[in-house]
Amino acid sequence: MIRTTLAAFALLAAPALAQSQDPIDPADWEAVLEAAEGQTVYWHAWGGSTATNDFIAWVGEQVSEDYGVTLEHVKLADTADAVTRVLSEKQAGEDEGGAVDLIWLNGPNFASMKEQDLLYGPFAEDLPNWDYVDVDGKTVRTDFTVPTEGYEAPWAMAQVVFMHDTEDLPDPLPSAEAILEWTKENPGRFTYPQPPDFLGTTFLKQTLIEVTEDDEVLQKPADEADFDAVVAPLWDYLDALTPNLWRQGRSYPQTGPDQLRLMADDEIDLAISFSPGEASTAIADNRLPSSVRTFVLEDGTLGNASFVAIPYNSGSKAGAMVVANYLMSPEAQVHAQDPDVLGYGTVLDVADLPEEQRAAFEALDLGVATLSPQELGEVRPEPHPSWMTRIADTWTERYGAGQ
Amino acid sequence: MPPARLPLWLRLLPPLTLLAMLGPVAAGLGGTLLPAFGIYPAAGMTSLTLDPFRDLGDWPGLASAIRLSLTTGLVSTAGALAIVVLFLAGWSGTRAFRLLERLLSPLLSVPHAATAFGLAFLIAPSGWLSRLLSPWATGWERPPDIAIVGDPWGLAMAAGLTVKEMPFLLLMSLAALGQVDGTHRMRVATALGYGRIGGWLKTVFPAVYAQIRLPVYVVLAYSMSVVDVALILGPSTPPTLSVQIVKWMGDPDLAMRLTAAAAALLQLALVAGALVFWRIGEIFAARLGARWIASGSRGARIDTLARPLALGAAATAALSVLLGLATLGIWSVAGFWGFPDPLPQGVDFRSWMRFAASGGGAVAQTALIALAATAISLALVIGCLEAEHRRRRPLSRRGLWLIYLPLLVPQTAFLPGLQTLLLTIGLSSGIGVVILAHVVFVLPYVFLSLGDPWRAWEPRYATIAAALGADPGRTMRAVRLPMLLRPVLTAAAVGAAVSIGQYLPTLIVGGGRVETLTTEAVALASGGDRRAIGVWSLAQTAAIILPFAVALIVPAWAFRNRRGLHG
Repeated sequence: MIRTTLAAFALLAAPALAQSQDPIDPADWEAVLEAAEGQTVYWHAWGGSTATNDFIAWVGEQVSEDYGVTLEHVKLADTADAVTRVLSEKQAGEDEGGAVDLIWLNGPNFASMKEQDLLYGPFAEDLPNWDYVDVDGKTVRTDFTVPTEGYEAPWAMAQVVFMHDTEDLPDPLPSAEAILEWTKENPGRFTYPQPPDFLGTTFLKQTLIEVTEDDEVLQKPADEADFDAVVAPLWDYLDALTPNLWRQGRSYPQTGPDQLRLMADDEIDLAISFSPGEASTAIADNRLPSSVRTFVLEDGTLGNASFVAIPYNSGSKAGAMVVANYLMSPEAQVHAQDPDVLGYGTVLDVADLPEEQRAAFEALDLGVATLSPQELGEVRPEPHPSWMTRIADTWTERYGAGQ
Repeated sequence: MPPARLPLWLRLLPPLTLLAMLGPVAAGLGGTLLPAFGIYPAAGMTSLTLDPFRDLGDWPGLASAIRLSLTTGLVSTAGALAIVVLFLAGWSGTRAFRLLERLLSPLLSVPHAATAFGLAFLIAPSGWLSRLLSPWATGWERPPDIAIVGDPWGLAMAAGLTVKEMPFLLLMSLAALGQVDGTHRMRVATALGYGRIGGWLKTVFPAVYAQIRLPVYVVLAYSMSVVDVALILGPSTPPTLSVQIVKWMGDPDLAMRLTAAAAALLQLALVAGALVFWRIGEIFAARLGARWIASGSRGARIDTLARPLALGAAATAALSVLLGLATLGIWSVAGFWGFPDPLPQGVDFRSWMRFAASGGGAVAQTALIALAATAISLALVIGCLEAEHRRRRPLSRRGLWLIYLPLLVPQTAFLPGLQTLLLTIGLSSGIGVVILAHVVFVLPYVFLSLGDPWRAWEPRYATIAAALGADPGRTMRAVRLPMLLRPVLTAAAVGAAVSIGQYLPTLIVGGGRVETLTTEAVALASGGDRRAIGVWSLAQTAAIILPFAVALIVPAWAFRNRRGLHG
């Protein structure tokens, strides 16, 4: 009895082992599809937003129907948790069948995973839907200045916009300086998520590129520059801003959505967002008052792409590639751009799409509070990821640990 | 008659129970101790060093975080204890007492996170109370810019903990009261002319406190190291030490795990220090109290002031939890709800529909973990109690301390270590280890809940059963367990409630991949979507109330034709 059970186990285990040792060639798409069928993909993605959770569930239904891939959303409080997980597995020698199959990431997490050889690839530019991606017009081949080299596939474009409640702040503010002036006249009505929160750190970087003289130096690692001198204007700015923040800067919202809640409660009138369509989506979902609109700064705002990457020890690489490819499909992209769903910008070159799909994009009503691509204006490149880490650390020392 | 020799399995159960309860705590503390001194093989660090403590010392928020952990823990424990004692002293035996007691008991089952969310929305400057009073009474067209929730002194957090721990201490005190014969003591005191509160404090309280001392210590240790309540109601610049430990644990830089381990040891020392401080306080209070008792003052005047105060405080606590739950209910179906509208502009069931569509997995995992952890705990506890009964050796004082130990060691001090250890020995985290981690916390409560009714069972039934030819095993299965169905199910319900409410063990030992109602509710809290928070918190509360309902209904049904067994 025991022996037969063991034999059955061996039989079951054998093909699974063979499969994971067999290298898959992303260029041979038919083979990828074949290997992917029946695989389960654990997608580790931030789980704090109902809208993204719903979108990921929708993607799961699609890939299950079309490709027989089961998608499980592992809801993270912090993307770094997934990076830690893969790193711990590597150190423990678990080089196959790891817990993470797909990660939603960008910036420092990508840089850190790529540097430590934790990623599978290159695969992204071999995916069939890569052909539709707007390689020239959008920053889809660098991630915070770090070349992606096919180790991650883009699936959404993000750009900084400011949300303002037109009942209390009717007109857009053109610059960081104008924001400072406005908070002086309206103390307690603006705040940003507490760094090292991603969006909070983005506000610091957005302000840094506004107040610094020299943008070029931000494109290189922070160690190669005189960090203190470059960021000094930022701390001057924040020293002036902080007393006029919500709760005098003694308390901060913990995340982006937490900040939306404050706006809905009329505790603040101005908030930062990294998604031009977020305000419209939140209005449709009753999470923001209908009087909210968005604006960008005159000199342009930071923009970047959101990516998905596959850890080197994933046991379902083929399935993960199928999901990554599906995310770049016109069908998924138009769904993601719908403000009733996510309101995320597309990574595709819409003008180059086949007629029917282009029409679907053009028919999309972007929502009351979303700026048109022309209005969004100039996209400023992200600084090198090392700036983000150091700025967040220094911020915590200066403003985040009680004075 | 010498006690019969026990069967082997029964002899093994008590040590096995101790192992299940204390093993993970000891292993976890070990797993914390090593990295705190720089030994962390998973990250390639193997040399003994004090650097983690130095890094901890360099963290600019350390002093504030320590102060917060100490003050919130001591203030909330003292507050909860004071309200419970004054309420018992001033009102026990009255109709108001019975009413509030009935209100407070179910509040015990409201999870910490749900209590905290409800309270946060109730008292925030833009919260429900403020909305109900604005602008007609307050003149506020916009919410005032005051930090009520997340205040730098942690007062909101201490209030939340006080409100939440009060029902627990009250129930513990009521159980103790039954054993010390408070009614007779009070009768004597009243006859001697003592006032209600003064007499109770002088004659009943010392005996009651001796019984509830360990539960009070548990409340103190828990309040000092709680994470979910601190995340929701506590300050963030800096947060409490426990919250910061969890943040460091989640840092992509593995070296931060060492700082987290050092901080966890500091947390352990803080809790130990606070317990010693409390003990010294007890001694002082006892000395002062003895002098006060010896003075013979009748203290009749205390009543006029303290009785209404006690009733007010207890009622406020009960009402704030109930109102908090009500706001969660309203939020879960709210359309847009801006300030200062007293109610939402419309009704919207989208959040409940989302929950119906995607909540099944979390519900199933929650149920599976709770059932498994409770079943294991119940089996171990019944085994221990039966062994204790057959050996005729009641639980010693030291044994009681051992049962309470897992509840006295701060969770943040040993859970991170346990996870590191599991990773180091290559045991991937998953639902199995989460169940075992839950047993650590479920077991003590099941033991405490079942112990007294088990021991109070009339042993002559066993004699009769033996006379009829039943061996001890059959007596237990056929007579004792059926007769004790009600307390067994109540203990199971308490155990399930404890398991369902666990946040940190599920999160840390499960590696973030085991999704339960509680972890989802707290994760959603970071997203700030109050409709979803409302839905998940209510689902979590319902999941905890369900086993209690079963514990009420099943015995009633099973004993429908056994009049003598209706309690």
